[in-house]
Amino acid sequence: MTNLVFDIAHLLAGGLVLMSLVMLYQVRLYALLKVFTLQALVLALSVAWQAFAQDAPHLYVTAAVALVFKAIVIPMALHRIIQRLGIHREIETVVGFGPTMLAGIGLVALSLVVMLRVTAGADPMAREDLAFALSVVLLGLLMMVTRRNAVSQVVGFMSLENGLVLAATGAKGMPLVVEFSVAFSILIAFIVIGIFLFRIRERFDTVDMRALDRFRGEQR
Amino acid sequence: MTVIVALWCVAVLLGTAILATAVARRPYGRTFVYGVSLIASAAALIAAVTHLLTGGTLAPSVTLPVGLPWLGSHFRVDALTAFFQAVVNLGGGAASFYGLGYGRHEAAPQRVLPFFPAFLAGMNLVLLADDAFTFLLSWEFMSLASWALVMAHHGERDNARAGYVYLVMASFGTLVLVLAFGLMAGPDGGYGFGSIRAAAHAPGVAALVLVLMLGGAGSKAGLVPLHVWLPLAHPAAPSHVSALMSGVMTKVAIYGFVRVVFDLMGPSDWWWGVPVMAAGTVTAVLGILSATMERDIKRLLAFSTIENVGIIFVGLGLALAFQGNAMNLAAALALTAALLHVLNHTLFKSLLFFGAGAVQTATGERDLECLGGLIHRMPQTSFAFLVGCVAIAALPPLNGFVSEWLIFQAILQSPQFPQWGLKIMAPAVGALLAMSAALAAACFVRLFGIAFLGRPRSAAAAAAQEVDLPSRSIMIALAGLCLLAGVLPGLAIDSLAGVTQSMVGAKLSEQATIAWLSVVPIGESRSTYNGLLVFLFIAASTAVSALVIYRLGPRTIRRAPAWDCGFPDPSPATQYTAGSFAQPLRRVFGGLAFGASERVDMPAPGDTRAARLTVTMHDRFWEWLYTPLTQVVSLVSGTLNHLQFLTIRRYLTLVFIALVALLLVLALWP
Repeated sequence: MTNLVFDIAHLLAGGLVLMSLVMLYQVRLYALLKVFTLQALVLALSVAWQAFAQDAPHLYVTAAVALVFKAIVIPMALHRIIQRLGIHREIETVVGFGPTMLAGIGLVALSLVVMLRVTAGADPMAREDLAFALSVVLLGLLMMVTRRNAVSQVVGFMSLENGLVLAATGAKGMPLVVEFSVAFSILIAFIVIGIFLFRIRERFDTVDMRALDRFRGEQR
Repeated sequence: MTVIVALWCVAVLLGTAILATAVARRPYGRTFVYGVSLIASAAALIAAVTHLLTGGTLAPSVTLPVGLPWLGSHFRVDALTAFFQAVVNLGGGAASFYGLGYGRHEAAPQRVLPFFPAFLAGMNLVLLADDAFTFLLSWEFMSLASWALVMAHHGERDNARAGYVYLVMASFGTLVLVLAFGLMAGPDGGYGFGSIRAAAHAPGVAALVLVLMLGGAGSKAGLVPLHVWLPLAHPAAPSHVSALMSGVMTKVAIYGFVRVVFDLMGPSDWWWGVPVMAAGTVTAVLGILSATMERDIKRLLAFSTIENVGIIFVGLGLALAFQGNAMNLAAALALTAALLHVLNHTLFKSLLFFGAGAVQTATGERDLECLGGLIHRMPQTSFAFLVGCVAIAALPPLNGFVSEWLIFQAILQSPQFPQWGLKIMAPAVGALLAMSAALAAACFVRLFGIAFLGRPRSAAAAAAQEVDLPSRSIMIALAGLCLLAGVLPGLAIDSLAGVTQSMVGAKLSEQATIAWLSVVPIGESRSTYNGLLVFLFIAASTAVSALVIYRLGPRTIRRAPAWDCGFPDPSPATQYTAGSFAQPLRRVFGGLAFGASERVDMPAPGDTRAARLTVTMHDRFWEWLYTPLTQVVSLVSGTLNHLQFLTIRRYLTLVFIALVALLLVLALWP
C-alpha cells in the first residue's frame, strides 16, 4: 500500500515536470495554454492525492482552489485575452527549442541533485516532491527568460507558481492559510498583469516586449 | 563620579545644539550657544583634571539604555580618558570663548551654531565610550558634525570639494575602524571594551588590527598619505572650528589609537613600533616641508598639525617598541612625551588658529603675500601669536620644547634595544625628527615675519584693526598657558603617571618634589631640564641687556627709512616675500618631495618686457595615489552603470543565472 501511494505521488509530481518541459517547446499560444491547463489539472490531482496520502482534508480545499482557478478561470481568461488581442498566430522565442530543451533537462537534473543532497534523511515522499517542485520552478523561470511575448511570460510565471504549490503541499503540516494566501496573491498578480497587458497593448499595439524596450530607448 | 559629570555635560551640549537651531538667527543666539558650551566644557575640564590629580575612583562603567536594544551604551572614565577629556575640553572651552567674539563676524550663524556644541559633544562621547558600538557611533557623529561645520561656508570656492574629500576620508576611516573592532570582538561578538581587553588575540589578528588602526585613526589624525583632507577642510571651516578640528579632533583620533593599540590589544611585539615610527617620521617631515612652502595661513597651520601628529606617532611607536622589549620605564617615557605633546599641541595650535582667525577678521586675507606689518596695528594679537610660534618651533622655555625634548630623551634610550634593526632605526628617526624641528622653526619664523613684520603688502593689511576683547583675551590666556606648561612641565608629567601605569605598566618618577622644579625623566646622571631656570635666565638677561641699552644708548627716538641696499623703493612688493623665504628650502627639498621645478623666462637683450620666474610644484599624493584611485573607481562604476539600463528579460535572465549558479555551488560543494 505504502509503495503504491508513494508511486502515484511520484507519478503525478513527475507529470507536472513533464508538462513544464512540454510547455517549453510550444510555439502557438493556444497550445501553450492547453498544456498549462493540463498542468493545472495534474497539480490538482497531485494535491488531492497528497491530501489522501497525508490524511489532511484541508488539502482537498487547496486542490479545489487549484482546479477552479488554475485549470478553469485563468486559462479561460488568458484565452479571452489572446482572442481579444488577436495574437493567437504569433510565434516567438529568443533561444531555439533544442538549447531550451537541453537547458530544461539540465535544470531538472540540477534540482534533483541539489534536493536529494540537501534533504538527506527527510521523509522520502517529501524529498521527491521537493525535487520535482524545484524543477517546475526553475523551468517556469526558464520559460519566462526564453519568451518574448508578455502572455507566454505570464504563463511561465503561473507554472512557476504551480511548482510552489506542489512544494507547499508536499511538505507536511503547511498551514492552510499560507496556501490560501499564496493562491490569492497569484490571482491578484494575474489580474494586475492582465490589466497591464491591455494597457501595453493600447499604447504600443503589441504585447511583444521588444516594443517596450525600444520605447525605453535601450539596447537589447 | 567623573563619568556622571561628563555625561551631563554631553547632554547639556546636545540640548544646546537642538535649541540652537531655534535661536541661531536671534542676536542673543551666539552668546547663548558659546556661553553654554564654555560652561559645559569648563565643568567637564574641572571634573577631568580632578580625576587626573586625585587618581579618581575607578568606577565601573555606566550603562545608559540608549543605543542597541538590550545592550545599551557603556561609558567609563579611566586615567587615559580623563587626560584626553582635559585636553579636549580645554580646547573646546577656549574655542567657545573665542567664538563669543569671533562669531560676531559670522555671516550664516544658523549653519555654525547648532553644530558647534554637537561637535564638542561628539568628541566627548568618543572619549567616554566603553564599548565598540558606542565608540563607532560617537566617532561618526563627531565626523558628521565637523563635516557640517566645514560646509558652513559652502558657497565659497573650493569649500564644497573640501567637504566632499573630508566626507570620503572620514567614511574610509570609520569603515576601517569597524573592521578593526570586528576583528577584535572575534566571532563571539564581545563588543564591550572589557571583554575585548580580556580576550586573547592571535598574533596575526593583532597585527591586522594595528594596520587597520593606523589607517582608521591615521586618516582622522592626518598620517601621510591619508592627510590630504586636512589642508582642504581646516581652512574651509570658521577659525574657531579650525582650531577645534586641528588642535582637538586629531587628538581624539590619537586617543582612539592609544586606546586600542596600548589598552585593548594588550602587550605588543617589538616590531609594532616600526610601522608606527616610520609613518610618524614620514608624516612629520613631509608635513613641515609642505607647511614651509604654503602661502595660506590656515593651510600652513593645517600642514603643521600634520607634522605634530607625526611627532606624536613617533613617540607612540617608540613606546610600543620599548614595551615589546619589556623596557617599561623607557616605554613610559616615550608615552609620556607623546601625550605631553598632545596637550602642548592643543594649546599652541588653538592659539595659532585663533590668531589666524583674528588676522582674517582684521584684514579679510589669509594669503601671506597680502599681509605684513600687522605688529603695529594688532600688537596684542601679534604678541600672543609670537608666543605660539615660539612654542610650536620648540624653543625653550615654552612648552613645545619640553615634549620634543622628552621624545629625544626616549630616542636616546634606543641603544638598549636588543634588536639591531631598532638600534639603527631609532637614531635615524631622531635625525629626521630633528630636521623637522629645525624646519618648523624656519616655517614659523617665515609665518610670523612675513605676516606681522615689515610693511603691509596690501591696503587691507594697512587698514587692519585690533580684534575684539574676548578673542584677544583668550589668545593671551593660551599664550600664558603655553608658558606655564613650559616652565612647570613636572605637573603635567606627574598627572600622566596614572595613564602610563595602566598603559605600559610603569611610570616616571615623581617630578613635583624635585628641587627647583627640574624635569628628570630617567636619572640625575642622564639629562635634566629646568624650564623655570631657563625662563628666569632669559628674562633676567633680557632685562639686563634692555636696561644696559636704555642706560647707555641715546634717549631720543629717531625714525628713519630701513636700509635698502641704497635703493629705497617705496613699493612694499620689494620686501622679502613668503615665496622668497621658502626658496632655499624649496631648492633643497622641493625636487624630491614635490617635484618642484623653476623656469626663468628671460627677455632677450633690448626687449623691455619683464622677466618671469615660474615655479611648478606637484602634489605627489594626489598624482600618484588619489588620482589613479579615482580613475579606477570611475572606470568600474562606468562599466557597471550599464547594468542600470537592461531590459526586463535581461534582468530576469541575470536573476535566473544567479539562482542556477548558487544551486550549482550547492550541488558541487564537497
